Amino acid sequence: MNDPTPKSAQPSIGYLPQGFEIERNIAARRLQGTLWRNLFVSSLLIGILALLVLIGTIVNDAFGYVALANKVDPANLASQPLKELSKEELVAILQANISQGLFRRLENDQPFTERSQENVLELVYERVVQQQVIESYDLWESLTQREAIEQELTSQNPKAKLEFRSWLNWGFLSRSMASKAEFSGVRNALLGSLWMIAITVVVAFPLGVGAALYLEEYSSGSRISRMIETNINNLAGVPSIIYGMLGLAIFVRALGFFTSGSFLGLSDSNGRTIISAALTMALLILPLIIINAREAIRAVPLSLRQASYGLGATKWQTIWHHVLPQALPGILTGTILGISRAMGETAPLIVVGAATYIVTDPSSIFSKFTALPIQIYYWASQPQEEFRRVAAAAIIVLLIALLSLNTVAIVLRNRFRRSL
Amino acid sequence: MSLHSANEGKYAIEARNMSIYYGTFRAVKQVNLAIERQKITALIGPSGCGKSTVLRSFNRMNDLVASARVEGEILFHGQNLYAPSVDAVEVRRRIGMVFQKPNPFPKSIYENIAFGPRVNGWKGSKSEMDELVERSLRGAALWDEVKDKLHESGLALSGGQQQRLCIARALAVQPEVILMDEPCSALDPISTLKVEELMMELRKDYTIIIVTHSMQQASRASDNTAFFLMDPEDRAGTLIEYGPTNELFMAPKDKRTEEYITGRFG
Amino acid sequence: MVNTKDVTMDQARLEARELARTASAQAIDFRRRPRLGETIIQALLFICAAISILTTVGIVYVLVRDALLFFKLEEVTLWKFFTETMWAPQIGAVGILPLLSATLITSLIAMLVALPLGLGAAIYLSEYASQRVRGLLKPILEILAGVPTVVYGYFALTFMTPVLQALFGRDTVQVYNMASAGLVMGIMILPLVASMSEDALAAVPSQLREGAYGLGATRFETAVRVVLPAALSGILAAFIVAMSRAVGETMIVALAAGAGPALTFNPFQAAETMTGHIARITSGDISYGSIQYDSVFAIGLALFVMTLILNIISGSIVRRFREVYD
Repeated sequence: MNDPTPKSAQPSIGYLPQGFEIERNIAARRLQGTLWRNLFVSSLLIGILALLVLIGTIVNDAFGYVALANKVDPANLASQPLKELSKEELVAILQANISQGLFRRLENDQPFTERSQENVLELVYERVVQQQVIESYDLWESLTQREAIEQELTSQNPKAKLEFRSWLNWGFLSRSMASKAEFSGVRNALLGSLWMIAITVVVAFPLGVGAALYLEEYSSGSRISRMIETNINNLAGVPSIIYGMLGLAIFVRALGFFTSGSFLGLSDSNGRTIISAALTMALLILPLIIINAREAIRAVPLSLRQASYGLGATKWQTIWHHVLPQALPGILTGTILGISRAMGETAPLIVVGAATYIVTDPSSIFSKFTALPIQIYYWASQPQEEFRRVAAAAIIVLLIALLSLNTVAIVLRNRFRRSL
Repeated sequence: MSLHSANEGKYAIEARNMSIYYGTFRAVKQVNLAIERQKITALIGPSGCGKSTVLRSFNRMNDLVASARVEGEILFHGQNLYAPSVDAVEVRRRIGMVFQKPNPFPKSIYENIAFGPRVNGWKGSKSEMDELVERSLRGAALWDEVKDKLHESGLALSGGQQQRLCIARALAVQPEVILMDEPCSALDPISTLKVEELMMELRKDYTIIIVTHSMQQASRASDNTAFFLMDPEDRAGTLIEYGPTNELFMAPKDKRTEEYITGRFG
Repeated sequence: MVNTKDVTMDQARLEARELARTASAQAIDFRRRPRLGETIIQALLFICAAISILTTVGIVYVLVRDALLFFKLEEVTLWKFFTETMWAPQIGAVGILPLLSATLITSLIAMLVALPLGLGAAIYLSEYASQRVRGLLKPILEILAGVPTVVYGYFALTFMTPVLQALFGRDTVQVYNMASAGLVMGIMILPLVASMSEDALAAVPSQLREGAYGLGATRFETAVRVVLPAALSGILAAFIVAMSRAVGETMIVALAAGAGPALTFNPFQAAETMTGHIARITSGDISYGSIQYDSVFAIGLALFVMTLILNIISGSIVRRFREVYD
């Protein structure tokens, strides 16, 4: 800080800058102000830059050239290019080159008579030709160093074919987990996430709204209300992994008989199931839902309640007919925020025991399961570069899901504001 | 508690030694007030004199304030409204209320009227409900203005119409007494006039108690007037004078009443 | 009661008048109705609210119970827990220090990033930015706040670590290191600090600013010498909440900080934090009742207590702060 008072000032009344000194003083303060303003702006810009770099890294990883090599040369399978073969010829190739067991399993999945030529062609590529990614490049390399990549490839792997690949593609969404990155997909994880979220909402929404109603309408200002309020605020700050430990000890272990489905005679032997994860998530997002729902309920004008009471409505009639409908958009916004939180949370799922490698779709709330963030965690922690690319593709799927959820929340919030 | 009070036929509501507390603060003290049946009784007095508090105690709206407490008796049909066995919801069905600011529900005009009967266990067909809605709106002199837009939002009406909608809404549950808490304070003069005309009409069937800031309104639209004032010593609202409106305005017995109506304070 | 069927207006009026007249003759039943539905609903709503209490009780019970099992073991004592410098419960080394130090180092790095940047962004948004600019920039910060932490973990591993290695050399910076995790965690916490601090700054009454301008202060002098001190407690609360968030964060450190307890103060080396350790140990099929299972709950309890203390401190600061301005 620059002190405008020079040391030589008289001790009795001090000294303020005069004439030309004033201009110098003001100029110096202006300069100081501008410098700091730029610092403040840059700290905000750094935050925005970080977001851009984050998105850039993800996109950079999710698209780019891949070098494909065949384990079996298609020329050895047929004289014509495979694409031009009929379905029957392709089935014959398939039958001749894969094991009986695998062939029967494919037939079981869907009879070959019912499959299309494209589908069988795909199977031939996947099972017989076994096209594999031997090298992958990120988007930046692909765009700027295409020639260098081609040269390197022709010198090291003359047979390999260079192809631009979006790691995020339809197959990625519809395939299961696989040991090779290029055949991996998020199908089971996506379904697992959806199952879990659905149950989480079914449990947390009524509980959260109910708690908010009790606190706002039935016990507002009382000692128990204040106690619960403090408690909820503290719960909102508990690290998510602690919720995971609660879920592990209570839902997975202590209530394993129920959460595993054994009480219904289902075969799963432990409680590391969708229901355990969903209940854990429900407890995790409950404070968030309650806090938002309370705000929405508090915003309902008192005059509305009085009008209803004045007509002889009971408390619940007033709440059900007037308070809840008015507060609903706000409550839903809070719930969607809770859902987004549950959708991206990873740590509690790890502790509760989501499986990282699972190839079946969840079939009931007692299924073992995996979830999108768990897959991202698993893939990101793999050393191979290709898995990083799938992780990036899965992140895009997750972020798109979250973005759409938040868009809905913003629309609701705006409508809510307008109606007030 | 006597079931057959002497003046039961003449009075709709009788407050005896009524004091109202918020927590430890006594907001209203020792009020004795007998409201005549099928008359309009105006409660007047300066801000903070407790007149609204008294009004709200008549249908137990004060229950909604957690710390509020009433001592003494308020007799309605010979029964103390504040006896522990009395159900506040039932009281409010019999003693309706119209508020200072029009507060229609954010629903259609029709639904605004139908809500009260429905929550009070009304049974009947759709056409009977239509009938009841029409009758209530006619009763509030609103029917002709809204009959073509019954299913539009009640919030789309003008302020005066909204207030009459709130009155119609109160009529639909067939109360005996209607409490009005400064019903015209948010309205323009023409709407005010309409509401006052409506009150005169309603007096034929209902007992009306109105809190008002406007002495003109009290003098032209009420039969009896009660004047309240805050006791400067303990800040509690006190009933100073109560009687026929004409007498109270022409020949007030208490000096403070005279000072107030001639505009010397308040 | 009045039969509403087929009555004309006049009839209705007559009836109402009749009712009013006869009402005094018959006693009306004002007795409290046994509204069973209302009672049941209130009870159900109370249960909903009580679930939050049960959750807290559950967390404390679970953590304390299993932590006690751990501390009852012969080879474990509180003294060893807090003073030993190695964590490997299966061989009897039960010092939490390596995990604790890694947690504190990553959190401190995160705070070094998040506090100045978050506060700077908050001052800009609250004191400089126009309504329009703020409306444009705030949602971007909200997006940053909404990114799942596992994505930040991926970011630390695939972007921050290579950048650090390029800057300081592969020999200095290990593949897994605390610096990378801490820096990215700082970015993650930045929006939280910014938005809480902005709230605190916005709550300062505008008369205070006008007073400063009236004395000839510049915008910067007003912001830093008048508004900032007035909002200090709110900003302090934001910092503490941010610290609590950093201490409890799991995914970034699990992916980027390292997968083994190590007592080191070099941020470029790998060291596992408390949360990272819990995540790694529980992710496998650990057997219930093993020393590792119980030890994890002891760490969890320590973590819970740390974050709880931070949250309570910040909560009480916020409450006192509110009282000043209400």
